[in-house]
Amino acid sequence: MNVLKFLVSIIFLIYCFSSDLKAKNLEIEITKNLRCLICQGQSVYDSDSEFANSLKILVEKKLNEGLDENQIYVYLKDKYGDWILYDPGFSKNTYFLWLLPILMFIFGGAIILRKVILKKKKL
Amino acid sequence: MKTKIFPIFLIFTFSIIFFVFYKGLQNTNVYTPAIKSEIEIPNFDTEEFFSKDKINSDQIFIGSDYYLLNIWASWCIPCKEEHKYLVDLSKKENIKIIGQNYKDNFDNAKNFLINLDNPYDLIFLDNDGTIAIEWGAYGVPETFLIQNNKIIKKIIGPLNEKLLFEIKELTQ
Repeated sequence: MNVLKFLVSIIFLIYCFSSDLKAKNLEIEITKNLRCLICQGQSVYDSDSEFANSLKILVEKKLNEGLDENQIYVYLKDKYGDWILYDPGFSKNTYFLWLLPILMFIFGGAIILRKVILKKKKL
Repeated sequence: MKTKIFPIFLIFTFSIIFFVFYKGLQNTNVYTPAIKSEIEIPNFDTEEFFSKDKINSDQIFIGSDYYLLNIWASWCIPCKEEHKYLVDLSKKENIKIIGQNYKDNFDNAKNFLINLDNPYDLIFLDNDGTIAIEWGAYGVPETFLIQNNKIIKKIIGPLNEKLLFEIKELTQ
Protein backbone atom coordinates (compact mmCIF):
# COMPACT_ATOMS: atom_id res chain seq x y z
CA MET A 1 0.00 0.00 0.00
CA ASN A 2 2.82 2.32 0.90
CA VAL A 3 4.48 1.63 -2.41
CA LEU A 4 1.28 2.58 -4.20
CA LYS A 5 1.00 5.84 -2.28
CA PHE A 6 4.58 6.63 -3.09
CA LEU A 7 4.05 5.95 -6.79
CA VAL A 8 0.91 8.07 -6.93
CA SER A 9 2.64 11.01 -5.26
CA ILE A 10 5.60 10.71 -7.66
CA ILE A 11 3.29 10.70 -10.68
CA PHE A 12 1.41 13.67 -9.25
CA LEU A 13 4.66 15.60 -8.77
CA ILE A 14 5.87 14.79 -12.30
CA TYR A 15 2.51 15.94 -13.63
CA CYS A 16 2.81 19.21 -11.71
CA PHE A 17 6.28 20.03 -12.92
CA SER A 18 6.09 18.76 -16.47
CA SER A 19 4.46 21.88 -17.92
CA ASP A 20 7.01 24.05 -16.16
CA LEU A 21 9.83 21.83 -17.40
CA LYS A 22 8.62 22.07 -20.97
CA ALA A 23 8.82 25.86 -20.89
CA LYS A 24 12.31 25.70 -19.36
CA ASN A 25 13.43 23.24 -22.05
CA LEU A 26 12.26 25.52 -24.83
CA GLU A 27 14.10 28.41 -23.21
CA ILE A 28 17.29 26.32 -23.08
CA GLU A 29 16.83 25.23 -26.68
CA ILE A 30 16.46 28.83 -27.82
CA THR A 31 19.43 30.15 -25.86
CA LYS A 32 21.59 27.32 -27.19
CA ASN A 33 20.87 28.52 -30.71
CA LEU A 34 21.87 32.12 -29.87
CA ARG A 35 25.46 33.26 -30.25
CA CYS A 36 26.85 35.41 -27.48
CA LEU A 37 28.20 38.62 -29.01
CA ILE A 38 30.61 39.34 -26.16
CA CYS A 39 32.37 35.99 -25.95
CA GLN A 40 32.05 34.91 -29.54
CA GLY A 41 32.25 31.18 -30.04
CA GLN A 42 30.02 30.48 -27.06
CA SER A 43 26.28 30.20 -27.08
CA VAL A 44 24.17 32.43 -24.87
CA TYR A 45 23.25 29.33 -22.87
CA ASP A 46 26.90 28.53 -22.09
CA SER A 47 28.06 32.08 -21.49
CA ASP A 48 27.93 33.97 -18.23
CA SER A 49 28.62 37.44 -19.62
CA GLU A 50 26.36 40.38 -18.75
CA PHE A 51 24.92 40.37 -22.25
CA ALA A 52 24.15 36.64 -22.21
CA ASN A 53 22.54 36.80 -18.78
CA SER A 54 20.28 39.65 -19.89
CA LEU A 55 19.39 37.78 -23.04
CA LYS A 56 18.37 34.71 -21.01
CA ILE A 57 16.04 36.91 -18.95
CA LEU A 58 14.67 38.49 -22.10
CA VAL A 59 13.97 35.13 -23.76
CA GLU A 60 12.09 34.00 -20.66
CA LYS A 61 10.11 37.26 -20.64
CA LYS A 62 9.22 36.95 -24.32
CA LEU A 63 8.10 33.34 -23.85
CA ASN A 64 5.87 34.45 -21.00
CA GLU A 65 4.44 37.15 -23.25
CA GLY A 66 3.37 34.34 -25.57
CA LEU A 67 5.90 34.65 -28.38
CA ASP A 68 6.96 31.39 -30.01
CA GLU A 69 10.49 30.28 -30.89
CA ASN A 70 10.49 31.74 -34.40
CA GLN A 71 9.08 35.08 -33.32
CA ILE A 72 11.91 35.42 -30.81
CA TYR A 73 14.48 34.62 -33.51
CA VAL A 74 12.96 37.19 -35.85
CA TYR A 75 12.91 39.76 -33.05
CA LEU A 76 16.59 39.24 -32.25
CA LYS A 77 17.66 38.97 -35.88
CA ASP A 78 16.06 42.34 -36.49
CA LYS A 79 18.20 43.84 -33.72
CA TYR A 80 21.53 42.06 -34.13
CA GLY A 81 21.52 40.49 -37.60
CA ASP A 82 21.79 36.87 -38.81
CA TRP A 83 25.00 36.35 -36.87
CA ILE A 84 23.21 35.95 -33.56
CA LEU A 85 21.63 32.69 -34.76
CA TYR A 86 23.69 29.50 -34.93
CA ASP A 87 21.14 28.10 -37.33
CA PRO A 88 20.39 30.90 -39.77
CA GLY A 89 17.31 30.63 -41.92
CA PHE A 90 17.22 30.49 -45.69
CA SER A 91 17.73 34.00 -47.05
CA LYS A 92 19.54 35.77 -49.86
CA ASN A 93 22.66 35.95 -47.70
CA THR A 94 22.70 32.28 -46.80
CA TYR A 95 21.36 30.44 -49.87
CA PHE A 96 24.88 29.66 -51.07
CA LEU A 97 25.72 28.17 -47.69
CA TRP A 98 22.67 25.94 -47.75
CA LEU A 99 22.89 24.92 -51.41
CA LEU A 100 26.63 24.22 -51.55
CA PRO A 101 26.45 20.72 -50.02
CA ILE A 102 23.62 19.78 -52.38
CA LEU A 103 25.57 21.09 -55.36
CA MET A 104 28.65 19.15 -54.28
CA PHE A 105 26.56 16.03 -53.85
CA ILE A 106 25.07 16.36 -57.33
CA PHE A 107 28.46 17.14 -58.86
CA GLY A 108 30.10 14.17 -57.15
CA GLY A 109 27.23 11.92 -58.14
CA ALA A 110 27.58 13.01 -61.76
CA ILE A 111 31.30 12.13 -61.75
CA ILE A 112 30.63 8.67 -60.29
CA LEU A 113 27.76 8.06 -62.71
CA ARG A 114 29.94 9.01 -65.67
CA LYS A 115 32.70 6.64 -64.52
CA VAL A 116 30.25 3.79 -64.08
CA ILE A 117 28.72 4.35 -67.51
CA LEU A 118 32.16 4.54 -69.15
CA LYS A 119 33.20 1.30 -67.47
CA LYS A 120 30.07 -0.46 -68.67
CA LYS A 121 30.66 0.72 -72.20
CA LYS A 122 34.21 -0.65 -72.11
CA LEU A 123 33.06 -4.05 -70.91
CA MET B 1 48.87 14.63 -71.57
CA LYS B 2 46.50 13.44 -68.90
CA THR B 3 49.28 13.15 -66.34
CA LYS B 4 50.26 16.78 -66.85
CA ILE B 5 46.78 18.23 -66.33
CA PHE B 6 46.44 16.64 -62.92
CA PRO B 7 49.46 18.31 -61.18
CA ILE B 8 48.57 21.66 -62.71
CA PHE B 9 45.00 21.30 -61.49
CA LEU B 10 46.26 20.33 -58.03
CA ILE B 11 48.64 23.29 -57.75
CA PHE B 12 45.95 25.62 -59.00
CA THR B 13 43.40 24.35 -56.46
CA PHE B 14 45.80 24.54 -53.55
CA SER B 15 46.99 28.02 -54.45
CA ILE B 16 43.37 29.21 -54.49
CA ILE B 17 42.74 27.58 -51.10
CA PHE B 18 45.95 29.11 -49.75
CA PHE B 19 44.99 32.53 -51.04
CA VAL B 20 41.48 32.40 -49.56
CA PHE B 21 42.70 31.28 -46.14
CA TYR B 22 45.57 33.75 -46.14
CA LYS B 23 43.15 36.58 -46.88
CA GLY B 24 40.85 35.23 -44.19
CA LEU B 25 43.61 35.43 -41.61
CA GLN B 26 43.77 39.18 -41.94
CA ASN B 27 40.06 39.72 -41.39
CA THR B 28 38.98 40.42 -37.86
CA ASN B 29 36.67 37.69 -36.74
CA VAL B 30 34.95 39.70 -34.04
CA TYR B 31 31.49 40.52 -35.22
CA THR B 32 29.81 43.79 -34.44
CA PRO B 33 26.16 44.23 -35.37
CA ALA B 34 25.59 46.31 -38.48
CA ILE B 35 24.82 49.90 -37.61
CA LYS B 36 21.34 50.38 -38.96
CA SER B 37 20.09 53.89 -38.58
CA GLU B 38 16.66 55.39 -39.10
CA ILE B 39 15.05 52.66 -37.04
CA GLU B 40 12.22 53.26 -34.62
CA ILE B 41 13.11 53.44 -30.95
CA PRO B 42 11.74 50.65 -28.75
CA ASN B 43 8.94 51.09 -26.26
CA PHE B 44 9.58 50.02 -22.68
CA ASP B 45 8.61 50.60 -19.07
CA THR B 46 11.25 51.56 -16.54
CA GLU B 47 11.98 53.48 -13.35
CA GLU B 48 13.53 56.88 -12.86
CA PHE B 49 16.99 56.76 -11.26
CA PHE B 50 16.54 59.06 -8.23
CA SER B 51 12.83 58.95 -7.45
CA LYS B 52 12.20 55.34 -8.63
CA ASP B 53 8.98 56.57 -10.27
CA LYS B 54 7.62 54.38 -13.02
CA ILE B 55 7.97 55.88 -16.50
CA ASN B 56 7.33 54.76 -20.04
CA SER B 57 9.70 55.55 -22.90
CA ASP B 58 6.93 57.65 -24.50
CA GLN B 59 7.30 60.12 -21.63
CA ILE B 60 11.06 60.38 -22.18
CA PHE B 61 11.44 60.86 -25.92
CA ILE B 62 8.95 63.55 -26.89
CA GLY B 63 8.62 65.58 -30.07
CA SER B 64 11.31 66.54 -32.51
CA ASP B 65 14.06 67.46 -30.03
CA TYR B 66 17.44 65.78 -30.20
CA TYR B 67 18.00 63.15 -27.55
CA LEU B 68 21.29 61.48 -26.76
CA LEU B 69 20.77 58.17 -25.02
CA ASN B 70 23.86 57.00 -23.20
CA ILE B 71 24.06 53.52 -21.66
CA TRP B 72 26.46 53.67 -18.73
CA ALA B 73 27.48 52.04 -15.46
CA SER B 74 29.77 53.09 -12.65
CA TRP B 75 31.75 49.84 -12.96
CA CYS B 76 32.55 50.50 -16.61
CA ILE B 77 35.98 52.06 -17.11
CA PRO B 78 35.43 53.45 -20.66
CA CYS B 79 32.33 55.22 -19.31
CA LYS B 80 34.60 57.26 -17.04
CA GLU B 81 36.74 58.25 -20.00
CA GLU B 82 33.85 59.39 -22.16
CA HIS B 83 32.10 61.22 -19.34
CA LYS B 84 33.82 64.56 -20.00
CA TYR B 85 32.41 64.59 -23.54
CA LEU B 86 28.90 64.12 -22.19
CA VAL B 87 29.45 66.98 -19.75
CA ASP B 88 30.61 69.07 -22.69
CA LEU B 89 27.50 68.14 -24.71
CA SER B 90 25.18 68.91 -21.80
CA LYS B 91 26.07 72.61 -22.24
CA LYS B 92 24.40 72.51 -25.65
CA GLU B 93 20.82 73.80 -25.42
CA ASN B 94 19.11 71.80 -28.17
CA ILE B 95 20.15 68.34 -27.07
CA LYS B 96 18.83 66.41 -24.10
CA ILE B 97 21.06 63.75 -22.62
CA ILE B 98 19.31 60.68 -21.25
CA GLY B 99 21.21 58.16 -19.16
CA GLN B 100 20.45 54.49 -18.96
CA ASN B 101 22.03 53.07 -15.82
CA TYR B 102 22.98 49.52 -16.77
CA LYS B 103 23.13 46.77 -14.09
CA ASP B 104 24.51 49.09 -11.45
CA ASN B 105 24.55 49.60 -7.72
CA PHE B 106 22.64 52.77 -6.79
CA ASP B 107 25.20 54.17 -4.33
CA ASN B 108 28.13 53.54 -6.67
CA ALA B 109 26.25 55.19 -9.51
CA LYS B 110 25.39 58.19 -7.35
CA ASN B 111 29.01 58.61 -6.28
CA PHE B 112 30.07 58.35 -9.91
CA LEU B 113 27.81 61.31 -10.75
CA ILE B 114 28.94 63.33 -7.72
CA ASN B 115 32.61 62.84 -8.57
CA LEU B 116 32.40 63.35 -12.31
CA ASP B 117 29.42 65.74 -12.62
CA ASN B 118 25.96 64.84 -13.84
CA PRO B 119 25.39 65.68 -17.52
CA TYR B 120 22.09 63.82 -17.73
CA ASP B 121 18.71 65.53 -17.99
CA LEU B 122 17.13 62.28 -16.93
CA ILE B 123 18.40 58.87 -15.90
CA PHE B 124 16.42 55.65 -15.94
CA LEU B 125 17.26 52.21 -14.62
CA ASP B 126 18.03 49.04 -16.53
CA ASN B 127 18.74 46.61 -13.72
CA ASP B 128 18.47 43.34 -15.63
CA GLY B 129 19.92 44.64 -18.92
CA THR B 130 16.87 43.76 -21.00
CA ILE B 131 16.24 47.36 -22.08
CA ALA B 132 19.75 47.46 -23.58
CA ILE B 133 18.75 44.48 -25.73
CA GLU B 134 15.59 46.32 -26.82
CA TRP B 135 17.92 49.01 -28.13
CA GLY B 136 20.07 46.43 -29.90
CA ALA B 137 23.03 47.20 -27.67
CA TYR B 138 25.33 44.53 -26.29
CA GLY B 139 27.72 46.28 -23.97
CA VAL B 140 28.55 49.50 -22.19
CA PRO B 141 29.03 52.24 -23.14
CA GLU B 142 26.78 52.68 -26.13
CA THR B 143 25.29 55.95 -27.31
CA PHE B 144 22.31 56.65 -29.56
CA LEU B 145 21.35 59.95 -31.14
CA ILE B 146 17.59 60.16 -31.48
CA GLN B 147 15.25 62.52 -33.27
CA ASN B 148 11.53 62.12 -33.99
CA ASN B 149 11.53 58.70 -32.32
CA LYS B 150 14.16 57.43 -34.73
CA ILE B 151 17.76 56.48 -34.09
CA ILE B 152 19.85 58.66 -36.37
CA LYS B 153 23.25 57.60 -35.10
CA LYS B 154 24.51 54.69 -33.05
CA ILE B 155 27.91 54.65 -31.38
CA ILE B 156 29.35 51.43 -29.96
CA GLY B 157 32.05 52.08 -27.37
CA PRO B 158 33.19 55.30 -25.73
CA LEU B 159 32.84 58.77 -27.24
CA ASN B 160 35.92 60.67 -28.41
CA GLU B 161 36.83 64.10 -29.85
CA LYS B 162 35.90 63.07 -33.37
CA LEU B 163 32.53 61.57 -32.43
CA LEU B 164 31.77 64.60 -30.26
CA PHE B 165 32.37 66.82 -33.27
CA GLU B 166 30.16 64.59 -35.42
CA ILE B 167 27.31 64.76 -32.92
CA LYS B 168 27.62 68.54 -32.78
CA GLU B 169 27.52 68.71 -36.58
CA LEU B 170 24.44 66.48 -36.75
CA THR B 171 22.55 68.55 -34.19
CA GLN B 172 23.37 71.94 -35.67
